[in-house]
Amino acid sequence: MTRFEPKPTALSEPFWEGTSERELRFQRCGGCGAAVWYPRLRCPSCLGDDLRWTRSSGQGSVYTFNVMRRPGNPMMADEVPYVVAIIDLDEGYRMLTNITGCAPEAIECGQRVEVAWDVELSDGRRLPTFVPSPAGST
Amino acid sequence: MVHPLRGATAIVGAVDAVSPTGALDRPVAALEVDMVKQALDDAGLTIGDVDAVISNNGMMASLDLAERLGVRGRFTDSTMTGGSSFEVHVEHAAVAIAHGLCDVAVIVYAATPRSGKNPFGGGGPPMGGDLPFLEWDLPYGLGLPASSYSLAARRHMHEFGTTNEQLAAIAVSFREWAAKNPNAYHRTPITVDDVLESPWVAEPLHKLDCCLVTDGAGALVLTSADRARDLRQPPVFVLGAGTAHTHGMSISQMPDLTTTGAAVSGPQALSMAGVGPSDIDVVELYDSFTITALMTLEDLGFCQKGEGGAFVADGRLGPGGSLPTNTNGGGLAYTHPGMYGMFVLVEAVRQLRGDSGERQVSGAEVAVANGCGGVLSCTSTIVLGGGSTI
Repeated sequence: MTRFEPKPTALSEPFWEGTSERELRFQRCGGCGAAVWYPRLRCPSCLGDDLRWTRSSGQGSVYTFNVMRRPGNPMMADEVPYVVAIIDLDEGYRMLTNITGCAPEAIECGQRVEVAWDVELSDGRRLPTFVPSPAGST
Repeated sequence: MVHPLRGATAIVGAVDAVSPTGALDRPVAALEVDMVKQALDDAGLTIGDVDAVISNNGMMASLDLAERLGVRGRFTDSTMTGGSSFEVHVEHAAVAIAHGLCDVAVIVYAATPRSGKNPFGGGGPPMGGDLPFLEWDLPYGLGLPASSYSLAARRHMHEFGTTNEQLAAIAVSFREWAAKNPNAYHRTPITVDDVLESPWVAEPLHKLDCCLVTDGAGALVLTSADRARDLRQPPVFVLGAGTAHTHGMSISQMPDLTTTGAAVSGPQALSMAGVGPSDIDVVELYDSFTITALMTLEDLGFCQKGEGGAFVADGRLGPGGSLPTNTNGGGLAYTHPGMYGMFVLVEAVRQLRGDSGERQVSGAEVAVANGCGGVLSCTSTIVLGGGSTI
């Protein structure tokens, strides 16, 4: 069974287009400057509607994570064990994702990570996940 | 100045239906009307006295249930905040009764996820449409509640050094209470090692850190303090109430995963009641997971934020401890049909009536009942008191 494939909406389409080009995007509020995730129609800090799609560096640090030993939903049955994490992106927003490319035992809160594009969906979009940053990078 | 809601209303009927097998032999619709009848009998009232029916079970829940009960109401509430719904319902009913919008309110819950007679598994209608959860969380393997709560547990461990042994101590204490409750699903004592040796579900949560999945049902009757004094049971007065929410169904939107809404709803409810944490004789709180109980104790002010691990590790929450908590065994050992908040209130009422049998906390006069719904999304805190508090 394959993982649940999210359905793009008119609101989220620019994000999903970016993933096909391996570019991580988020919304920045032109009014108050807040970094916004997940996509909104209006800024959740000021309710302004001047939300601008912006490229993220894809760099951040681990806020928290788990190790799923039982699938969180039936579509993930073949993936266990897998790691769900919340990442603090350097641009000032927080997103939920998976950490891949390392043993779960090697992950810790605060660790530096960067976006990876290994998970391709059936229509060419990609699901951004994160991997540990190479040693020595900031 | 005494808050006008303090002691203005009382819970006069409180019943639940829970089986040690975990299964009930009737469907949800039958359980709901049975619970209403039993709660009214408990109070010494009849269905003709009821002018407000409150339920969160489905679309137009309270209207549908009132129709089946033959009640034409003059106040209604179908608020759905997951497991904290019933504390929110008490809060709303107390306000409505205190202001004369209705006289007698019944609050009802039933779910049968164990015997499979409720297609919603006790968790409300299935989610659909363009909900953010479906687009941004589900693809990464969330869904199982433990997947979200484990993220809070890990962060709490990182910030404060909380350990799995400390979380396990909570499960051990609640199991000690359950051993005294003939209706509890789990009555065999456990040790910290039993919890640590149970399989991981979502690391850092073990299986025995997680609540049960059982059938269960319950109902409450509320009325004014004046009317309560003439009824069958000693009134259990609503002394304080507070509700707070921090996010919806996406745990990533919770501003601080180590602090629940109880940090807001708790102080509000305690302040309204005119009491502090040291005045509380018995605590009934929503233990969907051990981490939920630990953070709730911190947020209600029983210890400082971050000190919950050390606070619970000495058995303080169990029988004979200094802070009797989840005296029915809680969601970990008594029952958890999907939205446990009803049973938090029923047990608090039983304790204040002195009706808790072998698990009775001697001289209990003030209780806190704290619900927590969604994925740590919405808390609601009710402070209840016996006759000496008025």
